[in-house]
Amino acid sequence: MNAPNRYTLTAIRLHWLMAILLVGLFAAGLYMTGLKLSPQKLQLYSWHKWAGVTVFVLALVRLAWRIGHPPPADPAGMPRWQALAAHGVHHLLYLLMIAIPLSGWLMSSAKGFQTVWFGVLPLPDLLQKDKALGDLLQTVHQFLNYSLAALVLAHAGAALKHQFIDRDGVLARMLPYLDKTR
Amino acid sequence: MIRTLTPYAIAAVLGLAANTAFAVEYGPLQIEKSSVSFTSKQMGVPVDGRFRKFAADIRFDPAKPAAASAKIDIDLASIDAGSKDADDEVVGKQWFNVKSFPTASFVSSGVKALGGDRFEAIGKITIKGKSQDAVLPFSVKQDGSSATFDGGFTLKRLDFAIGEGPWADVSAVANEVQIKFRLVAGKK
Repeated sequence: MNAPNRYTLTAIRLHWLMAILLVGLFAAGLYMTGLKLSPQKLQLYSWHKWAGVTVFVLALVRLAWRIGHPPPADPAGMPRWQALAAHGVHHLLYLLMIAIPLSGWLMSSAKGFQTVWFGVLPLPDLLQKDKALGDLLQTVHQFLNYSLAALVLAHAGAALKHQFIDRDGVLARMLPYLDKTR
Repeated sequence: MIRTLTPYAIAAVLGLAANTAFAVEYGPLQIEKSSVSFTSKQMGVPVDGRFRKFAADIRFDPAKPAAASAKIDIDLASIDAGSKDADDEVVGKQWFNVKSFPTASFVSSGVKALGGDRFEAIGKITIKGKSQDAVLPFSVKQDGSSATFDGGFTLKRLDFAIGEGPWADVSAVANEVQIKFRLVAGKK
């Protein structure tokens, strides 16, 4: 069986939806923490938490989809270290897309603020209110996010390198409108 | 022996009964066993808080609720609103304005028996210079030297202008705040 030469449309849509959510969440996270308490701040925090839970769910959907729909093979002639680095980064990105919402949820819980998804679905408070633990989880949440930002930059940088230096069509597999052979 | 003591025992019981015919005065509060807490809703999510400092004068005899009275004072600056951010905010002008109005108070004008150990205190709540009639349902448990008054009610924060300006938006912080109190006081 030949490996497909690009990702499925579902995988592509999920990828870019996730990209928009992650950039938006990261920016909102940086912005909202410095705000003076106001109704807007409470609203931003809620939306940030709701979108974060959405990322968690979408990450699981992506993983499930990926099991049934294997991604295209690496381009021929790709050096082994690059293949290892690419797959390593992909694994870490998935790991963080799961771990960061979890850390945010637990942080909220430890700080005494339950997460209720879109104000409708209450997530259980797994942790008792505990200021020290809440502060620790906040540090963890921040660290994981800066790690994610660095990985996303490496991921995007690699995609651009494939597009403009290697010219091997790797980016077109996730961005079909670049594919001139269609 | 038992027989000869009986008159004294009867006298003692009568004496106790005579005592309880007067409203029993309770106070001061056993503060470590007492609490005044509340639950607000922020973006639809319940957030717990409490007050660390409060005082109460309570006169209460379950047999004569009509003669009962209570005055409760809460030091608003002692609030724990759930986070440091919130603590700093709610003492300010738009919320409690504790510089001008440091105390919230409840003064009863009457107590009604609801049956069993259930009662309700009728009176006035004053916060931020505004007074409102209030009915506070509560239950009483007495054990020898002390009594525990447990109760709760819903307070509408905008009735007292708690949260003005942008905070008057009840979609961010709901108007209804659940208040719960447990007052444990020894007999005077």
